[in-house]
Amino acid sequence: MSHADDHDSSRRDFLFYATGGAGAVATGAAVWPLVNQMNPSADVLALASIRVDVSLVDPGTQITVLFQGQPVFIRQRTEDEIALAREQDADIDSFPDPLARNANLPDDTPALDENRVLQPPEGSAAPVGAWLIQSGVCTHLGCVPVGEGAGDFSGWFCPCHGSHYDASGRIRRGPAPENLPIPAARFIDETTIELG
Amino acid sequence: MSGIPHDHYDPKSGAEKWLHRRLPIVGLMYDTLMIPTPKNLNWMWIWGVVLTFTLVMQIVTGVVLVMHYTPHVDMAFASVEHIMRNVNGGHMIRYIHQNGASLFFVAVYAHIFRALYYGSYKSPREVTWIIGILMFVVMMGTAFMGYVLPWGQMSFHGTAVITGLFGTIPFIGEAIQTWLLGASAVGQPALNRFFSLHYLLPFLLLGLTIVHIWAFHTTGNNNPTGVEVRRGSKEEAEKDTLPFWPYFVIKDLFALAVIMTVFFAVVGFMPNYLGHPDNYIEANPLATPTHIVPEWYFLPFYAILRAFDQDVWLVIAVNWVTFGIVDAAFFGVIAMFGAIVVMALAPWLDTSSVRSGRYRPMFKWWFALLVITFFVLMWAGAMPAEGIYPYIALIGSTYWFAYFLIILPLLGVIEKPLPAPATIEDDFNAHYAPKSGGAAPALEPAE
Repeated sequence: MSHADDHDSSRRDFLFYATGGAGAVATGAAVWPLVNQMNPSADVLALASIRVDVSLVDPGTQITVLFQGQPVFIRQRTEDEIALAREQDADIDSFPDPLARNANLPDDTPALDENRVLQPPEGSAAPVGAWLIQSGVCTHLGCVPVGEGAGDFSGWFCPCHGSHYDASGRIRRGPAPENLPIPAARFIDETTIELG
Repeated sequence: MSGIPHDHYDPKSGAEKWLHRRLPIVGLMYDTLMIPTPKNLNWMWIWGVVLTFTLVMQIVTGVVLVMHYTPHVDMAFASVEHIMRNVNGGHMIRYIHQNGASLFFVAVYAHIFRALYYGSYKSPREVTWIIGILMFVVMMGTAFMGYVLPWGQMSFHGTAVITGLFGTIPFIGEAIQTWLLGASAVGQPALNRFFSLHYLLPFLLLGLTIVHIWAFHTTGNNNPTGVEVRRGSKEEAEKDTLPFWPYFVIKDLFALAVIMTVFFAVVGFMPNYLGHPDNYIEANPLATPTHIVPEWYFLPFYAILRAFDQDVWLVIAVNWVTFGIVDAAFFGVIAMFGAIVVMALAPWLDTSSVRSGRYRPMFKWWFALLVITFFVLMWAGAMPAEGIYPYIALIGSTYWFAYFLIILPLLGVIEKPLPAPATIEDDFNAHYAPKSGGAAPALEPAE
C-alpha cells in the first residue's frame, strides 16, 4: 500500500507543480499585452525625422520646433554669444555634467562648446559655432526652459525648478543632472536642417 | 464584527428571518451602524465621514461630467469650456468637482494629523493606518490625473514634470516614462489613459474605504485619550461607548453641514481661488508657463522634491557612494516618496506606548512643529526655486524626516508621560459631570 501511496502522491505533486507552472505562464501571457499596449503605438513611432527650414533664423534669434512631440531649440548665435560660450569652457572642471551629450558624436566627448554646435554648411556666412541645436526639454523633469540669455549663465533658465544652463546649453546650477541633449542633426542644404 | 461586546441584529418578523437565513445583509448594516463608539470623541473625529461624503460627491459629479467631456487633445479644452458655458448647470457641477478635490485634501490632511496626534496609527490599528496611507497615495494619483484632463497649460506641463519623476529612475526610468506616456512626450496617448484611470481609481478608493472601515470596526475606534474601551462585559463597554447611530451620525452630519456651508461659499463666490489662471490657457507644448506650481494640496511634497539639489552635501555624498547612479533629480524623487513612506512607518518608528499626544508633554511640541513645518513647506513649494526659498524648503524637509526617523523613536525612551484617565468613562465625566454624584475620576500613570 505504501508504495502505491508514494506513487500516488508524487504523481499529484507533479500535477500540482505542472498546473501551477502552466497557470503562471498563462497569466503572464495574458497580462503582457495589457502592459505592452501602453507603450508607444506604431503611428507615434513613425514620426522619426523631420526637416526644418532655417533661412529666417538670423544671428541672435531662435526658433522652437516640435520634434517627436518635444520642443527643439534651433538658435543661430551671435559672435558675442559664441565668444561667451568659449569663455565658459574654462570652467569645464566644475560642470555638473562633463559630457557633450551630442548624438552626432561619441558618448564620451567632453562638454566643450565646439563639441555641441552644428558646423555651418559649405559657403555659409555664419561663423563656426553659430548653430546650436538642442532639445528644449529640461533634463530635470521635462519643462521647457526659457532662452534669450536667461539665467545666471546667460543661456537658458528652467522656471520650474531653477536649473541654469549656460550659453552652450550646459547645466551649471540647479537640480537638472545633464546638459541639454543635442539631437542627431545635419544640414541637407544651405538653409535646411534634418533632425533625427 | 467588532471586538467590543454589543447587541447584535435580531430578526423579528418572518420576512426578516427568511432574508437573514439566506443573506445576512441587514445584520451587516445593523452591526456597522450600531458599532459601539467611544463617547468622548471630539470634533477631530468628523473627517472620516466628511471624506466618505466627498468621495461619493466626486464620483457623482464626475460621472455626470464625463457625459459632456471629450478626452482628445484637440477637443478636451473646448469640451470643458462647453461644460462651463453650454451644459445646463455645467459650470456649477464642474466647480463642485474641481473644488471638491480641495475639500478632499483639506479633510484628508486633518484626518492624517488627527491620527498622528492621538496615536491612532499605533497598535492594534497599524493595518487601518497602512490602508489609509495607500488611500492617500491613490487619492493623489487620482487628483493629479484629473488635473490633466482640462488640457490647460498647467495640466500639460504638470504632466511633463510628474511623469518626469519616473524618468529619473536610473537605467529603466526613461523606458518607464515612455511606457506611462505612450510616447516620448505628453500627448494624446497620455490624455486618453489618464482619463481612463481617473475614472477607475475612485472606485478602487471606494473599495479601500470599505476595508479601512472594516479594519477600525474590528479594533474599535481610537479616542482622544488613547485609552481602550473596556471589553470585559457588555455593561462595562456600554459605560465607555455609545452606538454610532444615532449619536455620532447626527454629530457628523452637523459638522458636514457646517463644512458644506463653507464649501459652497467657495464654489459659489470664489470657485477659481485655489486654481491657477494658466490652466485656462489651452495646452501648448512649445511654451512652459513661467512659474509651474502644482495645486496647493501637493505643495508640501513638491517643496521636498525641489529641496534636494546638487549643492546639498547629503545629495553629493549619496551621489558619490552610488557612483553617480543616484543623482540630484532621483534623490529629490526618493525624498518626495520617502516623505510618505516614513509616515506609513510611524507605527513602528514611534516607540512610546502612550497613544494620545494629550499625555505626552514633549511630543506635543514636536508635533506642533511638524504641523508648522507642513504649512511652511506648502508655502515654500509655491515660491520660485530661487533665493532663500530652497533653503527654507530644505530645513522643512529635514525636519519632516527627523520627526519620523529620530524624534518619534527617541521620545518614547526619554519622555515621561502624564497620567491618563483610567477609562473613557472617567474622561467623559471629567468634561460632562454625571447627573448624580459620580466618583471623582481616578488618575493613574499611562505607562
